[in-house]
Amino acid sequence: MTRNLTVYIISFVAYVLAQVFFKNLVLFNTGFCFLYVVFILMMPIETSNLFLMIAGFAIGFIVDVFYNSLGLHAFTMVFIAYLRNYWLGTITPQGGYDPGAMPNLPSQGVQWFLVYTMPLVFLHHLILFLVESTGTLFWYSMLKTISSLIFTMTVIVILQYLLPQRSRA
Amino acid sequence: MERLFNFLYNYRAFFTFILLEFFCVWLIIQNNQYQSTKYFNTSNSVVASINSTEDGIREYFSLRDINAVLSKENTFLRNKLEERNQLLHLYKLNQTDSTMLKRFEYVNAKVVNNTTKYYKNFITIDRGTDFGLQPGMAVISSAGAVGKVKSVSEHYAVLISLLNIDDQVSCVISRTGNFGTIQWEGTNSSITALKYIPRHVKPTVGDSIVTSGYNAIFPPGIFIGKIKEFKLKEEAPFYEIKVELGQDFGKLSFVEVIKYRQRKERDSLERTTIGEAK
Repeated sequence: MTRNLTVYIISFVAYVLAQVFFKNLVLFNTGFCFLYVVFILMMPIETSNLFLMIAGFAIGFIVDVFYNSLGLHAFTMVFIAYLRNYWLGTITPQGGYDPGAMPNLPSQGVQWFLVYTMPLVFLHHLILFLVESTGTLFWYSMLKTISSLIFTMTVIVILQYLLPQRSRA
Repeated sequence: MERLFNFLYNYRAFFTFILLEFFCVWLIIQNNQYQSTKYFNTSNSVVASINSTEDGIREYFSLRDINAVLSKENTFLRNKLEERNQLLHLYKLNQTDSTMLKRFEYVNAKVVNNTTKYYKNFITIDRGTDFGLQPGMAVISSAGAVGKVKSVSEHYAVLISLLNIDDQVSCVISRTGNFGTIQWEGTNSSITALKYIPRHVKPTVGDSIVTSGYNAIFPPGIFIGKIKEFKLKEEAPFYEIKVELGQDFGKLSFVEVIKYRQRKERDSLERTTIGEAK
């Protein structure tokens, strides 16, 4: 557990710093990269809902401090963290997950990984832009969501191949 | 009672979810208010110092552009000053009312953090209460209005950029003298919208839009931008006007904060008058 906790703290700091770097890196005026979602998505499959939500709130809150948007990222991350385990349950492969399995690309395969991350990342971006514009500008938010989805997913998949991924929790 | 506890325990994830989401919504509402939380934004010194480091690297690459803009502004101001001195001399107006002269005081500041692509953009500058900044002060640059101070820490301040869908600035078409409101529409960072210009006005493309000075934040006559195009739909009470901003917010690096010395006096006078009218 303590080893796990150290890993979490290091990746927490790394994702926040990466997010600060991505703050002003916007492609074609609409493509944002919200890489920090991966912090929640890459936790072991058996992580409890409660822990996910608290971790999601923590990273969302810190990102909000850097983005001057207090509450916005925290709200979205708590939502995604709550949905994550239900979504994992829905897309369980035949025979179920191995005990201590990680939901990452090397251990689960490309197809499963995309099915797992894409809808959650899409939902994250959509909620984020809709809440930020308080429901106005729906179609422009949709455009932003889709281009950000492409950008974020590209970075996520590249990082899955570049960084060493744990196969067991 | 035991069953109630059991119920709460069984659905603890759901209740935590609801609780956290309500807390976040409360934070969002708090943050949307004009003068709000002081610590949890980029005026926080730790956060601002991380941002400054990042900005220092970025700024190094744009030094040439910054220098060109500053020297251009210097020449412009020198010419203005000379013009003014000549006029004063001509009309023998060398003695003036010092309280009127010192109505506005300027504090220069460097931008350490700036966004333009979000719906609600904020700017962080490296001046805070140590230079007498307070929430509500106007911020301009050599090319036009920039925004207003939202929250202040000891060494840093966060500004609401003109590129923020919540921000409204009272303004006037300087050629015709009609009042309207500038509010950004959230899509293009070089274009903003001018609202509430009634049908009978005849705007033309290229008309200057300047601040009106009606809301005691911006002094009157600060340049905002020029009319780029306008539309008048049938039966619409107001024009739809697009204004090209004078300041390119993507290149913002130095700004000036305006301290309006008589603001308190004006605010309290207006408040008491309005209070009596009710």
